[in-house]
Amino acid sequence: MTTMNTSTNTNAHTDTDTTASPPSPRTTADDDWRVGDVTLHSRFLLGTAGYPSPQVLRDAIVAAGTQVVTVGLKRTLAAAGDNGYLAVIREALVEVGARLLPNTAGCRSAREAVQLAHMARELYDTPWLKLEVVGDEHTLQPDMLELLTAADQLSRDGFVVFPYCTDDLVGCRRLLDAGCPLLMPWGAPIGSGQGLLNPFALRTLRERLPDATLIIDAGIGAPSHAAFALELGYDAVLLNSAVAHAGDPVAMARAFRQAIEAGRLARRAGVIATQDFAVASTPVGGEPLLLGGAP
Amino acid sequence: MADVGAIEVLVDGRPRPVRPGSTLADLVAELGLAPQAMATAVNGAFVARGQRGDCVLKAGDAVLLFQPIVGG
Repeated sequence: MTTMNTSTNTNAHTDTDTTASPPSPRTTADDDWRVGDVTLHSRFLLGTAGYPSPQVLRDAIVAAGTQVVTVGLKRTLAAAGDNGYLAVIREALVEVGARLLPNTAGCRSAREAVQLAHMARELYDTPWLKLEVVGDEHTLQPDMLELLTAADQLSRDGFVVFPYCTDDLVGCRRLLDAGCPLLMPWGAPIGSGQGLLNPFALRTLRERLPDATLIIDAGIGAPSHAAFALELGYDAVLLNSAVAHAGDPVAMARAFRQAIEAGRLARRAGVIATQDFAVASTPVGGEPLLLGGAP
Repeated sequence: MADVGAIEVLVDGRPRPVRPGSTLADLVAELGLAPQAMATAVNGAFVARGQRGDCVLKAGDAVLLFQPIVGG
C-alpha cells in the first residue's frame, strides 16, 4: 500500500545554493509506489486501444514511460485479426519493462466479470485485473453493487483487483474491505475527456482514505486534468483516449508524462491553500507607498 | 461435417455440428486455433486450458472463444 507522503519535499533546493541543479521534474526513487509486492515509479497507466497504428502505439508507450498498460479480450471467431497490435505491445513491454493489466470491459454483471477475469488470467498470465462492471449504457457508470460482488470473489480467487469504480466513499470502502489493494474512481465518463467532474468527491475520497492507493481512471482529456489529479493526492492516473485520439499521440503521451510528474511534484511540494481574498505577495509593508491612499 | 448422428453446438453464437463425444479441446483443434492463443467458456462458465480435454460437449452447448486485444 502506498504511503501518502504529501508533506515531505525531498527535492527542495535552497536559495543560498545557486550552483545546485534544479530538482528534476522526474519522479525519484524515493517516491516509488507499490501494488502488492510490485514497486512502480511511473504514475502513468496507459490504455492501448484506438491508436492509428501499432507503431504509434509502441512509440506512445515508450514516450509515456508507463509501467502498466491495459489490454482486453474479445470473442475470437467474430473478430478480425488484431493487425499486430498485441505483438507490438509485448515488444514494447520488454523494452520498457512494463506490465499488462487486462480488463473486463463489456461486462454487465458480476458473474460475467468473474468468468472473463479467469480467462484474462489464463491468456495474459497475470493475476492483475482491471475490474469493470458497467451499470448504465449511456454513461458507462460502474455498477458498484455488481463490482463489489465480483471484487470479493476475485480477491478470494487470488486476483489483484484494480476496480474501476465511482467516487462513492462508502462503496469504495467496501471495495477495500473486499480485498482490493487500490481503487480506481472515475474522473468523468469513459472517453468523455471532461476531466475531474467532481473534485469535492475525489478530494473527500483522498482525505477519508488516506492510506489507500487511488488512481483516477477514465474521463481525463488533457494533461492539466492529470496534473490536477496528482495535485489532489491521487497516486496515479489511467487514461487511453486522450492519448490515442490526439492529433499526435506520441507527443501527447510525453505531455501527459510531464504533467503527471509535475502534479506529483507539486503535491509533494505542498500546494498553497486557496483563500477568498487577495493576499499581497510583495512585502512592501502595511503603509501606502507614496501618497497615503489619496486618489 | 454433416455426419450422421452429429450434435450441434453454438460457437460464438453460430451453429456448428460436432461428433458425439467431442471435447472442447477437439473443437478448438478442428477450428485450427492454437490452444494457448485463446480462452474458452461453455455455457457462460470458464473452462481452463488444461480442462478442455475433459469437457465433453453436449447438444446445444454455447461455446465462446476469447482472444487478447487492445484495451483501455
